Amino acid sequence: MASLRDIQTRITSTKKTSQITKAMQMVSASKLSRAESNAKSFVPYMDKIQEVVASIALGSKDVTHPMLVSRPVKKTGYLVITSDRGLAGAYNSSILRSVYKQIQERHTSKDEYVVIAVGRVGRDFFRMRGIEAIDSVTGLPDQPSFADVKEIVRKTVDLFSEGAYDELFMYYSHFVNAIQQDVTMKKVLPLTDIESTGGSLSSYEFEPSAEEILEVLLPQYAESLIYGALLDGKASEHAARMTAMQNATDNAKELIRSLTLQYNRARQAAITQEITEIVGGAAALES
Amino acid sequence: MKTFNVNIVTPDGPVVDTNVELVSAKAQSGELGIMAGHVPMVAPLQIGAVRLVTGGKQSELVAISGGFLEVRPDQVTILAQAAEKAESIDIARAKEAQLRAEQLLQSKQDHVDFKRAELALKRAVNRVNVYEGKL
Repeated sequence: MASLRDIQTRITSTKKTSQITKAMQMVSASKLSRAESNAKSFVPYMDKIQEVVASIALGSKDVTHPMLVSRPVKKTGYLVITSDRGLAGAYNSSILRSVYKQIQERHTSKDEYVVIAVGRVGRDFFRMRGIEAIDSVTGLPDQPSFADVKEIVRKTVDLFSEGAYDELFMYYSHFVNAIQQDVTMKKVLPLTDIESTGGSLSSYEFEPSAEEILEVLLPQYAESLIYGALLDGKASEHAARMTAMQNATDNAKELIRSLTLQYNRARQAAITQEITEIVGGAAALES
Repeated sequence: MKTFNVNIVTPDGPVVDTNVELVSAKAQSGELGIMAGHVPMVAPLQIGAVRLVTGGKQSELVAISGGFLEVRPDQVTILAQAAEKAESIDIARAKEAQLRAEQLLQSKQDHVDFKRAELALKRAVNRVNVYEGKL
């Protein structure tokens, strides 16, 4: 049996750990609520842009744009959205597992795909496997504003236009609620599956022309798809971290409970032993 | 005069939601003025100021960094990547950005992305102008 002092040390250190995890949990909880409200304030923009894109792209069949056309796929781009730090349970590993599986299933050689990594964990994961991301961002703030991600988002869309890849998939964690986040795969480019949001496709006048509007509109639309996924991913990250830290705190409490029990048992045993020794000694003197 | 609803939305949230008599914006094909009852229209915007004229002679300037304008019978929506009202512009930052962009443009080095620097300069100048109430 471990000595009293050993058990005492373990209890103290576990207590300290649980204080830290508890604090991290609360931090994540407040970040989550901010991230959720950010994601919410993005919704009107996304809805609106979707509506306009749908009404132009679906409304006038004769207009076309490179981003709307599927071309033969020689190279596939994967945009992988992960976090910079760990301690978020299975958040990163489940995203990376699903991307990696997909890549291995689809491609036989490294020339067939490129990876763009958001977040340090994702970048390092691919680097470890000998895949250098063609572009990566790390150190995104917890509440990214559009200006923060503009660069990577624009570059991702530009690379498609320049022909660096012929299709672009995006992997991120979709925030369902605080305890559920689903890994989601979305095809961003080419924009073949534009959903029409409402039945009323208004017929617009285009100033100067539909083509020129698509020229501005489609990159902006693709960019906002990616930005939306980033916001979604951030919310999921905080939620995952919150749940992970909650579990850690609970486990620490359980550990402390059982250690305290052990400690008390050991203490009692020591007392009993001492009494037995005293009584034994006294009895030996008497006789 | 008849008024209509104007919405300016950015990825970071709605910026403006008011009723106005006239919206004047700089589209890529030139200046546009929109009043109530305009034909439904979509037009890409330049980096520039949007003037919202409310009752009488009162007007408000909003700095817009690209994006486009959508006109519906009852509503005008401007979707921009960034939009700020005059009072919420960080003037120090805008001036700093202007200086930086000017220096970049003057440096005449090969590695400088001139197109990007020019756009940055345009955005900065636009912010400064809107802040100072010039159009």
